[in-house]
Amino acid sequence: MSTINTQNNQQELLDETSACINHSDKKENSFGLLKYSLVGIVFGIVFVKAEIISWFRIQEMFRLQSFHMYGVIGTAVTVGALSVALIKKFKVKTIQGEEIVIVKKKFTKGQVYGGLMFGLGWAMTGACPGPLFAQIGAGVGSIVVVIASALAGTWTYGLLKEKLPH
Amino acid sequence: MQEFFEKLLAPWPWYIAGTIIGLIVPGLLIIGNKTFGISSNLRHICAACFPANIPFFKYNWKKETWNLFFVGGIIAGAFIANTYLSNPNNLVVNAQLKSTLSAWNIHDFNHLLPNDLFSFQALATPRGFILMVVGGFLVGFGTRYANGCTSGHSIMGLSNLQWPSLVATICFMLGGFIMTNLILPFILQMK
Repeated sequence: MSTINTQNNQQELLDETSACINHSDKKENSFGLLKYSLVGIVFGIVFVKAEIISWFRIQEMFRLQSFHMYGVIGTAVTVGALSVALIKKFKVKTIQGEEIVIVKKKFTKGQVYGGLMFGLGWAMTGACPGPLFAQIGAGVGSIVVVIASALAGTWTYGLLKEKLPH
Repeated sequence: MQEFFEKLLAPWPWYIAGTIIGLIVPGLLIIGNKTFGISSNLRHICAACFPANIPFFKYNWKKETWNLFFVGGIIAGAFIANTYLSNPNNLVVNAQLKSTLSAWNIHDFNHLLPNDLFSFQALATPRGFILMVVGGFLVGFGTRYANGCTSGHSIMGLSNLQWPSLVATICFMLGGFIMTNLILPFILQMK
């Protein structure tokens, strides 16, 4: 546990501004990167087959008219938490033999202000970023407009970052 | 065997979907020390395509190419599911929601997203424009400001018992409840 924590702290100093970053020092070629695409394919299939990308499912969630999305997220967190606990307990290494590093999240006011903004947008579009990409794959072409607008939002955040409360 | 294929094509239950999504967390860690997250891709795309000398977009995005490969996979997976595994039956929408939405002139309940709100034609209507353009902007701005989305905070962050992710998740849900129940009724009733 202690070695993992020390590494977490070091990683924290490296990049505090990104939620998901690459903690591997190994360089991977395009062929190696395809394994992430395979995981993505599984995720994309689940997104469509469990109707997570449906605007109606998100409406039902926020109107408390269906348990489905609560079940999906609740099960995912439970399985994820058990897995992470096991990885830490048994000091599981990556297939490349590296020690697994999970960066700690720093609290900022952004999690409140930004979180609320994202929540508003999530209920409007019926999609968080993952499902937006899956909607394109599922043939809803007009979602390119939503993604372009989301990119504009991220870009505007980058522009205004220093002026916003954090 | 036939029963298996029927189940495969029918909508998947929450416990199957949740379990598979949960397993992506250790999966990405083990195959390459990657923490699960999607919204960072929006930043990587900005950094790669429109950095505009903004410090927030000046970093080595090439090191994060894996994440773009991951998203490419999501698009491909959704295409595969939609093309080869599509549900032969109609989408089931909660009856109460259906009657509420019908009264607001939303009639397409056969697609995952209603055509009335999400299509190039709908983009020309006030409510379609607000949902697609303003909604999309809030998703992009909000996730980066919060430093993560449902994947990075609600699933990855909570799996690692991070309290900032719990705060973020509560705010995501709060924002969603406010929009759906207090604001969306006005937007959807726009002419």
